[in-house]
Amino acid sequence: MSTRIEKRFAVLKKEGRAALVTFTMAGDPDYETSLAIAKALPSAGADIIELGMPFTDPMADGPAIQAAGLRALKSGQRMTKTLAMVREFRKTDDETPIVLMGYYNPIYIYGNDRFLSDAKAAGVDGLIIVDLPPEEDEELCLPALKAGLNFIRLATPTTDDKRLPTVLTNTSGFVYYVSITGITGAAAPDTGKVMTAVARIKRHTKLPVAVGFGVKTAEHARAIAEGADGVVVGSALIDTLRQSLDKNGKPGPGAVNAVTKLVSVLAQGVRSARRVAAE
Amino acid sequence: MTVQQPNSFRTGPDERGHFGIYGGRFVAETLMPLILDLEKAYLQAKTDPKFQKEMDGHLATYVGRPSPLYFADRLTQHCGGAKIYFKREELNHTGAHKVNNVLGQIMLALRMGKTRIIAETGAGMHGVATATLCAKFGLPCIVYMGAVDVERQKPNVLRMKILGAEVRPVESGARTLKDAMNEALRDWVTNVSDTFYCIGTVAGPHPYPAMVRDFQSIIGRETREQMQVAEGRLPDSLIACIGGGSNAMGLFHPFLDERAIEIYGVEAAGHGLKSGKHAASIAGGKPGVLHGNRTYLLMDDDGQIEEAHSISAGLDYPGIGPEHAWLKDMGRVKFLSATDDEAVAAFQLCSKLEGIIPALEAAHALARVPEIAARKPKDHLMVVNLSGRGDKDLASVEAFVGSKGR
Repeated sequence: MSTRIEKRFAVLKKEGRAALVTFTMAGDPDYETSLAIAKALPSAGADIIELGMPFTDPMADGPAIQAAGLRALKSGQRMTKTLAMVREFRKTDDETPIVLMGYYNPIYIYGNDRFLSDAKAAGVDGLIIVDLPPEEDEELCLPALKAGLNFIRLATPTTDDKRLPTVLTNTSGFVYYVSITGITGAAAPDTGKVMTAVARIKRHTKLPVAVGFGVKTAEHARAIAEGADGVVVGSALIDTLRQSLDKNGKPGPGAVNAVTKLVSVLAQGVRSARRVAAE
Repeated sequence: MTVQQPNSFRTGPDERGHFGIYGGRFVAETLMPLILDLEKAYLQAKTDPKFQKEMDGHLATYVGRPSPLYFADRLTQHCGGAKIYFKREELNHTGAHKVNNVLGQIMLALRMGKTRIIAETGAGMHGVATATLCAKFGLPCIVYMGAVDVERQKPNVLRMKILGAEVRPVESGARTLKDAMNEALRDWVTNVSDTFYCIGTVAGPHPYPAMVRDFQSIIGRETREQMQVAEGRLPDSLIACIGGGSNAMGLFHPFLDERAIEIYGVEAAGHGLKSGKHAASIAGGKPGVLHGNRTYLLMDDDGQIEEAHSISAGLDYPGIGPEHAWLKDMGRVKFLSATDDEAVAAFQLCSKLEGIIPALEAAHALARVPEIAARKPKDHLMVVNLSGRGDKDLASVEAFVGSKGR
C-alpha cells in the first residue's frame, strides 16, 4: 500500500513537474494561526506539508526556525497539540501528505510506540528526524517503517558516494537533499552544484529527491525544480510570518494571507520550471 | 533495585558508542561522516606510540604533569576522620584539568589536517585551555560562550582574547553552556571541511565521551601511582564534582574495577533540588537525547530541555556524560549534590584551611567531603579531585556573599 507521499509524487511525475514542499512550525505563533496556515497551504500551491515539531535546542536550525520553535513553545505548543493539529487538518483534507519534522527528544519522551501509533492515526505520512542518522535506525526508523510511515532521510554535501547507500537503505517517501553544509535559512546554494548532487543521488536511488535549505525566491525555486523532484521552502515562509506579527508576537489579520501569498509565488516558480531529463 | 553488574566497568563503550542504553551518535547527517572520520583517526592515534610519546612530552613540559597528590592536613583535622588528599589539577598550566583533554584533541586535529578549532565553554576553563593550545600550535580558535557566562567569567574571557582566540557570546536560549554547545554545533555543521570541534567534556556524540575520558584518565592513573608511593596502597574513596563530568571520569575510570573503592560524584544543586533551579541531571532529570548522546537530562514532560542553574558556570549544564549515566544505573558511582550555599562555604573553608582557592566547580566536591570523611576511620584514604583554581570565581563569590549579607 502506498502512502500519500508516494501517491503525490506519482501524480506529479505524470504532470511532469516538481513538488513544492512547505515547512512551517506547528504552534507558531499559536495553535490556531498555524492550523489556519496549514489548511490554506494546499490551495496556495503546496504539494507536501512539513510541520515542525518545536524543540528548545534545534541544533541544525538557523535563527528563523529557532525563533519559530520558541514562539510555538511559548504559546503552549506540545507534542499532543501537534498531533491534534494533524487530526484537525485531516478532517478537510485527506490527500495532502503531511510530514512531521523535528528532533528526537520530544518523541522519545512521548514514547516511541505511542508516538508512531498516534501519528499514524492522526494522519501523518512521514517523519524527518534531524538527529537520527542511519547509525541509530533501530531507535525510530525501523519501527516507523513497520508502522506504515515514511522515514525521510537527509542527504547532505558531506554524504559521499560511499556513504549514500547507508543513508538510503531505510529511507522511504523521498530523499531530502540539504543543499548546503550549514543551518537552515543560510546562504542560497549554487544551483549548478545542487543539480550535480541531485544527479549523483539519483544514480543511487529511484526515490524522488527534494532539495531544501536556503531556497527563498520563485526564481530560485524554479531553478531547483528543473532538476529536483521537490523544492522545500521553510525559513522564507517563517520569516514572512514573523514579519506579520505585532510587537507582542500576536498575528495581525493578514498573517495567513502573507504566508499563502508567498507560497503561491513560489508555486508558480516551481510550476514554470522546464524539467530536464524526466528520467 | 538489583542491577546485574558487568565483569568490568572499563570496557565501554561498544562499537556504536553505547554505554548500556546511553551514548550513541544522535547528530545531523552533515556531521556523521566527520565523527566517523574522527573515530577512525582517534583509534589510530591511540595505538600510535609516536602520538603517545609526543603527548607525554607536552604533558610533562608544557602542562606541568604529573600534578601533585597533596595531603590536606588541616582539612583532615577539621573533618576528624578520613585522611584527605587533593589531586592538584588546579596546578596544571591554564589552571584546571581541561588542558589534558584539549592537548589530545588539538594534536588529533593537527594529525587530521584540520586548520580551524571551535569550542564551547561554560566557566571558561575549557575555552582558555583551547585558546592556549591553539596559540601554542598556531591554529585559529573560536570559542562559543553563553552571554551570561561571558558576564560572570570576565577574567577568562580576557584571558582567551589575550591568547588570540575569538570569543563569540551566544544570545540564544538561557545564554549559558547548553546554548554555547548548540551554537558550536551549528558552526561545525557549517564549516565541516576545515573545522575541528574540541568538546570540553565527556559528552556529545561517540567517540567524544570515550576520547575525552581517555585523555582525562591520566588524572586517575597518576593518582594510583602517587597513592602507592604516599601510602603503599590504593585509596578507599574518590570524590569529584560533575557537570558534564570530565574531571570526575578522569579520576574515576582507572579505579572502576576496584569495587571496594567508594566513588562519589557531586552535582550542582543550585538553589536546592526541590527549588527547580539546579543543574543536577542525575538527581532531577531522566534519560533523553541531546547534543549527540542519550543521557540523563533536565527537561519537562514534553521533552523540552530545561535551563540549568548553578553559581558555578562550569556545572551549569542540563545534562551529564553518558558513561556517568550508565555508572549511575549500575550503582557503581554514588551521586550526591551540593547547593550554591554549600559550595561557597566549602570554597571559603578550603581557602582558609589549606591556602588553596578552589574553583567553584571543585568546591561542590569539597562541600560533601566533611560529612563523608567524618564517618570514616582515620586510615581511610580519600582523594578529592581539585579540578580547577578559583581565581576566575572571586567576583562571583564576593557578589554571592554580599547578596547574602555575610
